[in-house]
Amino acid sequence: MAQTTATRGGERREAEGGSTVASASHRSPAASRGVGWGQVFVRFLRHDKIGAAAFVVFGFFVFLALFGPLLTSTDKVTDLSQLYSQPSRDHILGTDYAGHDIFTQIVRGTRSVMVVGALAAAMSTVLAVTLGALSALAGGPLDSGVLLITDVVLTIPYIVFLGVLATFVKLDSPILLALIIAAVSWPTLLRAVRAQVLSLKEREYVEAARVLDLGTAHILFREVLPNMTSYIVINFVIAMTGAIYGQIILYFFGLVPLSGDNWGLMIQFAFTKGAIYFTNSLWYIMSPIVAICLLQLSLVLISRSLEEIFNPRLREG
Amino acid sequence: MVAIPQERSALARFNGRDVLGRLWSHFLLRRIAKALFTVFFVSTLIFFLVRLLPGSPVEVLIAQLTGEYGYSYEMAANQARSLFAIDPNQPLFLQYIDYLRNLMRGDLGQSLLSPGVPVTAIILKYLPWTLFSVGLGLLLAFAGGVVLGMVMAYRRNSALDHLLSIAASLFYSVPSYLFGIMVIVFFGIRMGLLPIADMRGTLSSGQQVELSVAFIKDALFHAALPIVTYALTGLGAWMLLMKSSTIAALEEDFVTAARARGLPERRIAILYVGRNAILPLFTQLTISIGFIVGGSFLVEPIFQYQGIGYTLFKAIQSRDYPLLQGIFLMITISVVVTNLIADLLYSRLDPRIRRPGRSD
Repeated sequence: MAQTTATRGGERREAEGGSTVASASHRSPAASRGVGWGQVFVRFLRHDKIGAAAFVVFGFFVFLALFGPLLTSTDKVTDLSQLYSQPSRDHILGTDYAGHDIFTQIVRGTRSVMVVGALAAAMSTVLAVTLGALSALAGGPLDSGVLLITDVVLTIPYIVFLGVLATFVKLDSPILLALIIAAVSWPTLLRAVRAQVLSLKEREYVEAARVLDLGTAHILFREVLPNMTSYIVINFVIAMTGAIYGQIILYFFGLVPLSGDNWGLMIQFAFTKGAIYFTNSLWYIMSPIVAICLLQLSLVLISRSLEEIFNPRLREG
Repeated sequence: MVAIPQERSALARFNGRDVLGRLWSHFLLRRIAKALFTVFFVSTLIFFLVRLLPGSPVEVLIAQLTGEYGYSYEMAANQARSLFAIDPNQPLFLQYIDYLRNLMRGDLGQSLLSPGVPVTAIILKYLPWTLFSVGLGLLLAFAGGVVLGMVMAYRRNSALDHLLSIAASLFYSVPSYLFGIMVIVFFGIRMGLLPIADMRGTLSSGQQVELSVAFIKDALFHAALPIVTYALTGLGAWMLLMKSSTIAALEEDFVTAARARGLPERRIAILYVGRNAILPLFTQLTISIGFIVGGSFLVEPIFQYQGIGYTLFKAIQSRDYPLLQGIFLMITISVVVTNLIADLLYSRLDPRIRRPGRSD
């Protein structure tokens, strides 16, 4: 059994060329010393209380995303005697403009927020990493071209770009939604990856691979990328916070079909139903906002912890 | 567009490639070429989005006109041409050239929702309010961030520094639109401190645009909430940046030398530390401008402040394509121009970057 898992892991590493976290651990210095990232991770979190708390909060949201829809009922019961009711035993966070339970909506909304966020972050990371690394390795006109386009896209205000782009596409699937967010959010990451590859490019082992004439694909996937996995993981987490804000914005503008459960949709409804102008709707408007801020804060803190875990030099400072 | 280097290249061909190279290495020319290219890129993108995507707005409009209003195809195409400033009967390439030529003349087509009103007129009506509020908000955030950041750096690790750091991180992490909603919910509704309903719009009804104290007071009254939102949500980043930049400047040799010469601390703080610490912030300014202008697109609808962001919000919700593509282009141009100004300002302030070879 252990044998098969190992082989499969090995195959995956070959197939995906080291762009996954799993494969990197094979090459990481910690692994070669006989200490897995897992142990480093656990040891570190004992010192880093805030980081540990962030992981717990994030884990809680992951749990909600996975099991939330199973634990709550789908049907929204409109209860006109319970409009904007305050928190009670029946409604932990009170009710909304039609007497729907707010807590249920928060729980059910977690999945789409997380899925779209992760998908969009994954897409923009893949695009930014391959294009950024290739252009840094190739240099010359390809590099200048990619850099120019990146700069141009960076100049266009992100939110406006996202909003305008979304009007041309019917955003009826999470994949499309993620795609459109990824389409405007890759440039920052690309610049970061490119800068990192430019510095890695000068290292001895890359020089050695080049002297051996191992080809760009080999240098990229076997030498350069595995050595910046931690960097990519951190940037993935940051990209995810961006993607979460992005989708909330799209929902807020009503650019996504108004169905299903999503925190952005809750804010959109609170805004269009005028809930922000009522005195008794505080729980309705604040619940999704607090949920978003909590999730985002946990992601930002996680990215900081990861940075310290992967880069021990920071810990001393 | 890379118009400048191309034009120059025709001129410079007989002088050899090095003239071209020298022109390209010129900071100012390179910046202008990039700015023009950005505008060209965005207008091209808009054209192909409108024309090429399946179910493109032009086709939808023609189908709607022929189907619902009984127009002949001919008439519908004419109508679409005047609304979008694009002629759907011509080959795509000619349409594109035509579209660019119209853009140059400032013809962005007409609004779909209010036919007969040119997009340019709508933009000119609403853009100044956004530039005014966004500009003032950015200025306040920048000035406040510079002062508070220096205070934090000078009082490093004091209680004040920790307090300000926490406040800065907090303001930095809350996005402007959520901040805006919270201002309304807490200060406007729960505590009733702000007359939210009266503060909507850009001016009170009956107030004329004129150069008078009453006008300025009224404009500021209506713009106050967006300005405060931009200022406070932007402040945190500037504080943290200025703090680290000041700490770096404090360790420079010329500061030590100035202290050794017995110069008054106040003079050192302003002329030696402050002036050098502020430089790196200017590069951030260019990024921040785009960000804050984009933010206006969310903040203005929340406060019902009728600037360009509010207009874009409405245009997007009602799928008024000519208007939204015009505003998109206009916003990009404003950001590009302000970036250019910030870059030029920066190259005046820090002559080191004008040297060739150190582009970005």
